[in-house]
Amino acid sequence: MSNTDLEIIVDDPTAPEPDSPAVCSSRTVEIIVCLLLLALAVTLGIDNYSTGISWDSTGPQPGYFPFYLSVILGGASLYGLVVTMLARAVPSDTFVTRAQLRRVLLVFVPTALFCLAMQYLGLYVASFVLIAGFMRFVGRIAWWKSLLTAFIFTAIMFATFDIAFDVIMPKGPLEAAFGR
Amino acid sequence: MEAFGLLLHGFAVLMTWKIMALMVIGLVLGIFVGVLPGLGGPNGVAILLPLTFTMDPTSAIVMLSCIYWGALFGGAITSILFNIPGEAWSVATTFDGYPMAQQGRAAEALTAAFTSSFIGSLVAVLLITFLAPMISSFALKFGPPEFFAVYLLTFCSFVGLGREAKHKTVISMALGLLIAGIGMDTVSGTLRMTFGSNELLRGINFLVAVIGLFGISEILLTMEERLALRGHAAKISLRVVINVWKDLPRYWVTLLRSSFIGCWLGITPGGAIAASFMGYNLAKRFSKDPESFGKGRIEGVFAPETAAHASGTAALLPMLALGIPGSGTAAILLGGLMVWGLNPGPLLFVEHKDFVWGLIASMYLGNVVGLVIVLTTVPIFASILRVPFAAVAPMIVVSCAIGAYAIQNAMFDIWLMLGFGVVGYVFKKIGIPLAPFTLALVLGNRAEDAFRLSMIGSGGSVGVFWSNGLVGTITTIAITLLFWPVIDRIFAGVGRMLRPAQPSQAA
Repeated sequence: MSNTDLEIIVDDPTAPEPDSPAVCSSRTVEIIVCLLLLALAVTLGIDNYSTGISWDSTGPQPGYFPFYLSVILGGASLYGLVVTMLARAVPSDTFVTRAQLRRVLLVFVPTALFCLAMQYLGLYVASFVLIAGFMRFVGRIAWWKSLLTAFIFTAIMFATFDIAFDVIMPKGPLEAAFGR
Repeated sequence: MEAFGLLLHGFAVLMTWKIMALMVIGLVLGIFVGVLPGLGGPNGVAILLPLTFTMDPTSAIVMLSCIYWGALFGGAITSILFNIPGEAWSVATTFDGYPMAQQGRAAEALTAAFTSSFIGSLVAVLLITFLAPMISSFALKFGPPEFFAVYLLTFCSFVGLGREAKHKTVISMALGLLIAGIGMDTVSGTLRMTFGSNELLRGINFLVAVIGLFGISEILLTMEERLALRGHAAKISLRVVINVWKDLPRYWVTLLRSSFIGCWLGITPGGAIAASFMGYNLAKRFSKDPESFGKGRIEGVFAPETAAHASGTAALLPMLALGIPGSGTAAILLGGLMVWGLNPGPLLFVEHKDFVWGLIASMYLGNVVGLVIVLTTVPIFASILRVPFAAVAPMIVVSCAIGAYAIQNAMFDIWLMLGFGVVGYVFKKIGIPLAPFTLALVLGNRAEDAFRLSMIGSGGSVGVFWSNGLVGTITTIAITLLFWPVIDRIFAGVGRMLRPAQPSQAA
């Protein structure tokens, strides 16, 4: 069975270190999430209350159903809040380590910038920049490979969506220059 | 045999070059999606849904469901070769699959996995073929109270039977239902929960939320891990396939048991993940030699794969017959039906025969074609993993953005997607399940309409949900399931009190 002796090995040059210190515990995050959900439940509850939660000639008013849902949401998050606060803190309960957070931001920030850039440059140019930049700076992949991959992928996307399927995407100055 | 005739008609619908080509494309894309880390069945279907907007519904559903079958097949490849479950439901496959690969029996393990996937889904499709038309014709008699009771049953069984903390399931569900209610009220036309925002007038689109919750958040989660990997490459030869197939009849009990578990858990909203673990554990318990499990036993691959695939397929049964999805992916397919202008529910079997039977026929055909594709192309797909994640991640982001934008041509949706991505990331990390959220989002408006219509019909009395035997039974089961953990504990408590003589066993 010589086939199975072949090994596939992929490396990760910017992997997070395993011994990185914790940024915050899951408990803290759970408490924050419960508080936020509680605030959301109260806001939506008040809004629905003013829409009308009683009965009129046609049946329940529009706020009826969502109002009781906000009550349920509020109750469940309050319960979660109390349970989490009462539970004893477990030392190993890390929500995210510093190295992990860095990696997550490394993908989240470019994604957010990409969304912003899409409005001005158009989707296809922004995609090209995102893919090439990400491959080069996060993956440490050679420039020519990054640029080539980005170009091919963006071109395929353009051909599939814009030309073949007529799905309209935000476009920028470059597409305008080519008259598309 | 009316079902049989209709099924043949379904095959006739499929036999065009265009649909066959879409089927193969869907399967290949699906296997791709299943193999890649950071993408899964629901993500793949959600991201690729916009591609189908311009197709006719039958081609669209065939392609999307094939993506789903492909993803189910693909999950096994990485579990066996790399010990990395591409999907949560293939975790159990790694227990025996990876040891087999280490012993140089990767080809055997892969063949076993694909074959048992095929058997599992075949059993589930047979069930769908004969049961779905019966259920749907029965459901045609349903009025709004019955429908609301069935929705209630779905939601309650999630809370009562789910493994997560109950309040977290409730949070996820209530949030989903609330978000579904944003925008214009369908009954009175009043605006709700928009806070004067023009963007929220349209409401929050289900697919935008799903793309964010599953696609973007999955990338954030994957980036946290060390992405280096090491594994075996394998090629399946015809001889191995024949050898494994020859041994197959010996394991018929395991295969049948796992298929049954899978079908059952797929129909009730429990999901493929629970099914695969249960299939594995039961095979181990009933085995004459449980010690050998986990060390590379072929039965340990058969059991979870059969169950996972059967359950993934059976999840489509309630979606087709009642309009209630049994899994996250089924919920997304249901969202697709609405986009294509079909109204999910029992009427589908009457009004859109071509569509329904085309879909069912495509399940048979898709699984046969899928089996052939995976058996012949494993080396290619395994080498996809050589592509570094730094190249894959931005491509997934771009595909997500295209998908989210294409639905309503709104820039606001892109930001919503990003927001849902963060929400999904945080929720997954603190254990708030996303499947109830997805289900609530897609069923929210229909559940509310059913509730309000039955309330209008009854003049505001909740008694309408117990007004006849049928609706009363469903509602009672729903409420029993909701409080199942409590009831279970009471029974256990009473049982202990009745046997006070037995000393409690201190471990």
